[in-house]
Amino acid sequence: MTRNSKFLALGALLGLYASSPAGAAADQVVIGDIDDMSGVYADVLGQAGVDVINMAISDFGGTVLGKKITVLSVDHQNKPDIGASKFREWADQNGLTMVLGGSNTGVSIAMSKVAAAKKVPFIAIGAGGASLTGVDCTPYTVHYAYDTTALGNGTASAIIKEGGKTWFFITADYAFGTQLQDAATKVVLANGGKVLGAVRAPLGTTDYSSFLLQAQASGAQVLGLANAGTDFSNSLKAANEFGITKTMKPAALLAFLTDIHAATLQTAQGLYLTTGFYWDLNDQTRAFAKRFFAKVNRMPTMDQAAFYSATIQYLNAVKAVGSTDSDKVMAQLKKTKINDFFAKDGYIREDGLMVHSMYVMKVKTPAESKYPWDYYKVVKVMTGEEADGTQPDPSCPMVKK
Amino acid sequence: MTTVFGVPLPAILGQLMLGLVNGSFYALLSLGLAVIFGLLGVVNFAHGAFYMLGAFAAYIGLQFLGINYWWALLLAPLTVGLLGVLIERLFLRHLYQVEPVYGLLLTFGIALIAEGIMRSLFGASGKSYPVPPLLQGVLNLGFMILPIYRAWVVMASVTVCGLTWFLIERTRLGARLRAATENARLVQAFGINVPVMVMCTYGAGVALAALAGVLAAPVIQVSPLMGSSLVIVVFAVVVIGGMGSIVGAIVSGLVLGLIEGLTKVVYPEASSIVVFVIMALVLIWRPAGLFGKEP
Amino acid sequence: MRAQIALYVGLGLLALVAPFLGLYPVFLMKLLCFAMFACAFNLLLGFTKMLSFGHAAYFGASAYITGWLVTVQGWGTLEAILGGVAVSMLLGAVIGAIAVRRQGIYFAMITLALAQVVYFVCLQAQFTGGENGLQGIARGSLLGLLSLGDDRAMYYFVLAVFVAVFLFIRRIVHSPFGQVLKAIRANEPRAVSLGYKVDRYKLTAFVLSASLAGLAGSLKALVLGFATLSDVSQGNSGEVILMTLLGGSGTFLGPFVGANVVITLQEYLSDLAGSWVSVIIGAIFVVCVMVFRRGVVGEIQRRFGQRSD
Repeated sequence: MTRNSKFLALGALLGLYASSPAGAAADQVVIGDIDDMSGVYADVLGQAGVDVINMAISDFGGTVLGKKITVLSVDHQNKPDIGASKFREWADQNGLTMVLGGSNTGVSIAMSKVAAAKKVPFIAIGAGGASLTGVDCTPYTVHYAYDTTALGNGTASAIIKEGGKTWFFITADYAFGTQLQDAATKVVLANGGKVLGAVRAPLGTTDYSSFLLQAQASGAQVLGLANAGTDFSNSLKAANEFGITKTMKPAALLAFLTDIHAATLQTAQGLYLTTGFYWDLNDQTRAFAKRFFAKVNRMPTMDQAAFYSATIQYLNAVKAVGSTDSDKVMAQLKKTKINDFFAKDGYIREDGLMVHSMYVMKVKTPAESKYPWDYYKVVKVMTGEEADGTQPDPSCPMVKK
Repeated sequence: MTTVFGVPLPAILGQLMLGLVNGSFYALLSLGLAVIFGLLGVVNFAHGAFYMLGAFAAYIGLQFLGINYWWALLLAPLTVGLLGVLIERLFLRHLYQVEPVYGLLLTFGIALIAEGIMRSLFGASGKSYPVPPLLQGVLNLGFMILPIYRAWVVMASVTVCGLTWFLIERTRLGARLRAATENARLVQAFGINVPVMVMCTYGAGVALAALAGVLAAPVIQVSPLMGSSLVIVVFAVVVIGGMGSIVGAIVSGLVLGLIEGLTKVVYPEASSIVVFVIMALVLIWRPAGLFGKEP
Repeated sequence: MRAQIALYVGLGLLALVAPFLGLYPVFLMKLLCFAMFACAFNLLLGFTKMLSFGHAAYFGASAYITGWLVTVQGWGTLEAILGGVAVSMLLGAVIGAIAVRRQGIYFAMITLALAQVVYFVCLQAQFTGGENGLQGIARGSLLGLLSLGDDRAMYYFVLAVFVAVFLFIRRIVHSPFGQVLKAIRANEPRAVSLGYKVDRYKLTAFVLSASLAGLAGSLKALVLGFATLSDVSQGNSGEVILMTLLGGSGTFLGPFVGANVVITLQEYLSDLAGSWVSVIIGAIFVVCVMVFRRGVVGEIQRRFGQRSD
């Protein structure tokens, strides 16, 4: 190799880095969106999540305190290392002032550690793990949309009221699935029900028939699906195929509107689930949904609505305290009631959980569905306390005992 | 009631039946892989992607072109098979002279591309494909309820596997194919166009994967990532059967389906890796696989 | 030769001043860790022609063990790194002993299958924290003297380890042991007939490669503060192959360049393209295999008529 070519190679290597972002932008408000943009959860938030943030910013007026509002987004590909290192990098280099967290509890927990270290407010929305405001809580974490406790409480208590006393769980074999199952089990037992069995199916299993046969053999009345994404659609589809939905009540412990849409009503009809938001609840939600639809050609999920709501809440807090100082903003967020199309009488608890009303839904039959995306009917409206309890999570070190 | 390992016998029978259904998918997929490896010496990592494309071809046909399931059974493998032929012509052909590892890496890349494109076109949560009207409903076998569609899958797959075996092992065309793998130059000298034969073989192997995809579409969610985890399992199946062995691929596909079915009862968490454990054991005991010849 | 020394010196100087050029130290450290991983992998693929499809197992297992030793057992940084490396060495010895008996595709499949088993263990075991991973691993300090909490201090530590590993690999390849490996690569039956215990040489190379991959994994866990399932996943095994292949397998600088390109690409693509990342990575694979199988560095060396060193 000649000397010239060596320098060429060296130069090329340098050039790779030359475009590295550098320098903090002090006169800006920088909102980060760290989410799964291409994997299994991409439809729940994904690229549409970025659209929603921009929608909220332009509704807010585009600036706050005379500062420009910038949005950074990254596809964490469900890898905690990408999520956390992007968070760290933006905080170190780009003057990050707040992060909205997308799907995946594992990634969100990794990000919350960075939030605490870098003192940047972190609003977790896509992730459900209750430990974000439990053992993993931080002074800068807000858990905004829903958590596994609320999902378990909602779905399980509604079904038990309707007589579904005995349960069998099909649980995705990872911590999040187990958390869902535990939350529901607590409620079932507390209400005099019984859990007759559970199988832990490996993540990404496509054939659920074997597990469903075990569920059927147990003689339980309720089939609890403690999984998400394609695991959820595949297990539900097989339950239908084997006629199990005729003898057992299917209950989803975590299902989004997009999951129901992907599974189709034919398969999902009669399913119980809990959600913090539905587009067709009232005029306010419908108005938001209509604008969202015009942009993305889909109806918004709970998480997408929460992204909008959280962005506005944050910008309001910045405006109210007159600075982006994390501690001041967090204090302001925690003392403000949240009343918008997403949440009624919501408030952020000591441990960081945003407590607001949740809805137990039953999926309509194809005959009941009158127009596109007409998927749910409300079974029960739960107050925030019914959903999440009246006390903060004692396992969170910040909670005074 | 009779029990085995504390599980009632009818339940065991039911699980075995379901294992057989999965086994037929494995058999069909590993058959295609084995044919390609046997005749081309290429480890086709894109096999799972072709399986996925087959399922999507059926979905697209039904949703946008009004092609029903039965036509999809014919047209989807044909379309995807042609894609395979194209890939062989453009890329694989140039790699026969270098180490087989490069064929593996190339098809790995092709799989990534196919999955990425489908993901951005159709989203990751996938699409639902209905069971064709003629095959809806269930059969009561006494010990279990079996959806008619699943029974059809077993039948279709066993038939196709049988035909393929016959074609390769018992016909003139098959004899030429096998001869060409032994000594391509000699066969070429006999006036047989070996490159075309190899190209068609790859297309056929790919078409088999696509056929499995169409068969799977009504059973599972049609999603861009449906093939990526499957391909490794199917690889293991082929290795257990003996790379390149047609009978080995079919038999070990069915048997591993059964074993996996039983694992789902005894130790569900491990059902995703039992195949790999068996593979490791088989390779220690019989390095060339159950039906393979020692090199 | 002089040009080569000039290049190494240039790269070394560049690495020394990099954190002061406004480059982000954590990103640089991640680069170095993956470059180290690729160099370790290259020892196997490049110098002995063994394609392991499961190298993430050693990288990830060591990351977990180091993390666990630091967070739960309260070990010091150096001891924890050594602990992680020891475990990946052991793992490499067990898997290698099974795998080296077979060649080519079979070898690849065995390493892949056994890596899946390691992944399964990491998913099921309690200490790994399931899909949430092991979080909050502290960097600690070097022998209680130098705190590694500061990004720059950590950077120079990682850089020092990387340089040591790089020189170590060079030394191995040029040693008599390395010459035997080359002989095996060129013609295994002949090496056997010359009386070399081929399997033993291959196993040694495998264990060395696994241990160095483990070292990279431990450092990564300390740099970023966590060890997760993606460290042990098959995708990670695929990436290291890509890095080595793209940079040029069998060259010393190749894996380093490949790791730089892949990690930098990922970094930028993740901002821009979202779901097109895998398409682009797949296309790079295809182009590499079709057009320049020697990789970037290998191709440059060939173009300018210098033999691989």
